[in-house]
Amino acid sequence: MLGFQLLNGFTFAALLFVVASGFTLIFGLLRIVNLSHGALYLLGGYVALAVSGWTGQFAAGVLAAMAAVALAGLALDQGLLRFVRGYELRQVLLTVGVAFVLNDLALVVWGGDTFTVPTPEALTGATEVLGVFYPTFRLFVLAAGALVFMLLSLLIHRTRLGALIRAGVDDAEMVAATGIDIRRVFLGTFMLGSALAGLGGALGGAFLSLYPGADAEILVFSLAVVIIGGRGSLLGAALGALLIGLLNTFGQVWFPELAYFVVFGPMALLLAFRPFGLFGRPA
Amino acid sequence: MTAAASAAAGVLALALLPFALSAFHVGVATEILIFALLAMSIDVLAGFAGRTPLCHGAIFGTSTYVVILSAHAIPLPLAMLAGIGAAGLLALLFGVIAVRTSGVYFLLLTLALGLIVWGVCLRWTAVTGGENGVRGDLRQGWLADARALYWLVLAAGTVLAAAMWRLVRSPFGLTLRGIKDSPTRMQALGHDVARHLLLAFVASGLFAGAAGALYALYNDFVSPTTVALPQSVEGLLMAIAGGVGTLFGALAGAALLIGLELFVSAWTERWPTVLGLTAILLMIVAPEGLVGKAGAIMGSRRSTGGIR
Repeated sequence: MLGFQLLNGFTFAALLFVVASGFTLIFGLLRIVNLSHGALYLLGGYVALAVSGWTGQFAAGVLAAMAAVALAGLALDQGLLRFVRGYELRQVLLTVGVAFVLNDLALVVWGGDTFTVPTPEALTGATEVLGVFYPTFRLFVLAAGALVFMLLSLLIHRTRLGALIRAGVDDAEMVAATGIDIRRVFLGTFMLGSALAGLGGALGGAFLSLYPGADAEILVFSLAVVIIGGRGSLLGAALGALLIGLLNTFGQVWFPELAYFVVFGPMALLLAFRPFGLFGRPA
Repeated sequence: MTAAASAAAGVLALALLPFALSAFHVGVATEILIFALLAMSIDVLAGFAGRTPLCHGAIFGTSTYVVILSAHAIPLPLAMLAGIGAAGLLALLFGVIAVRTSGVYFLLLTLALGLIVWGVCLRWTAVTGGENGVRGDLRQGWLADARALYWLVLAAGTVLAAAMWRLVRSPFGLTLRGIKDSPTRMQALGHDVARHLLLAFVASGLFAGAAGALYALYNDFVSPTTVALPQSVEGLLMAIAGGVGTLFGALAGAALLIGLELFVSAWTERWPTVLGLTAILLMIVAPEGLVGKAGAIMGSRRSTGGIR
């Protein structure tokens, strides 16, 4: 039973990491707290549902979700956020407005029912690990989360774009002064972060199911992950996701009605000592 | 006219309002007064201490929950005090965690803390009734009359608004403004910045709690929607629409948003979309508030800059 719960915790952590990594990339570099990230997650889930339904291919649904949400991110950045550039609070409240609109429109299109993105044949059923039979798809999500972590780490630490992103986190003005078009790096990061929300939505849509309000639930967990990990830190997001994933799983088993306290109590305690999270620095 | 005289004239005009309105519209006016108080309590932090919170819906709604739940066991006035006290305690807890941060981090942290309250109200079904909420039994006797309730809310609101006005005009309020402009300078001058912010947070929470207790009387029902994020956002948008740092502008902001909700509900059920579009437009076009915007267009007064 313990092995089963541990796997539940790890797989949920993997999903949280995928969603929160996109959030923290955008927050770290652009200083934008994108509160429509949860709505983008839900949008990605619905797109994956529709496309994998038409094509019968789960992979096509995942790719479509990432592409569609990256484009939504592009539209959000170029169409709306450009008007409030440099004003942190205006940006946040604008994304709250976008979240309300997106969620309400999703309710119009898909209604209040609960949907699950169909998984491919190869990933249904159970596999034996740690002495228990565990749903194969959840193990796939775990692997996907680990893969995303590795790819993002490589991108951030081993490529020129990653070097630009890291430099931009520290001092965007200096990067711009060296002749680099930091705006394009910003836009690319915003689209990448959005695509990760879309990927999260496709995986989460098969793993947790999609319904109005799923966006708020994933958003609060992602916020907790990013707050614990610290702004812009990939490693922090991974550790935060593990902590929240495990606490949530065991909290729900032991104190079903008060699971929220079990999850967020430690977060509050951590913040009392490190107000900017494990790896965060004051902005 | 002096400021006191124009304030008295304003309150008198509001007191006479029910004679011109139907019972339904008196109810709407009551709601506007209650939400104006919530927006003012947010403005105490956002406009005067430079810390913009997104948890006041949760503080407000916690008070509503406590009033409705405890009124089954204790007399109503005591239940309302219990609600305000619970809101103050919650604000103290949130404040201890949040006051060391500022700007967007403060907003994020208070947002997450508010969402916890929402999650607890949603999941702790044994006490809160979960998604179904709790129905109260408060509107009895003379409180059942819409006009009587309006006057009660107006009287309480006048006292509370005056108290907030005194607070932001006091030496304490001036220190807060100093902290808003430059926390490091105030620290260097020997002020305990964190303690001032914590006190401001608790005061703001108590006022939000008072608004929530009045809302318990008005609505006689509470569900997780009352503590949810849209409530915090709506309160903040009212403060912004009225102009942050103007305090009483919140009344105009509340009237605007609730009036808009009433108006569009005749045409469409898509209020969240309209609210979202309002937020987007407000941020792009008039972040200094509509009053400030109109003033800036006429060129008659300097804009305060609004929310940044």
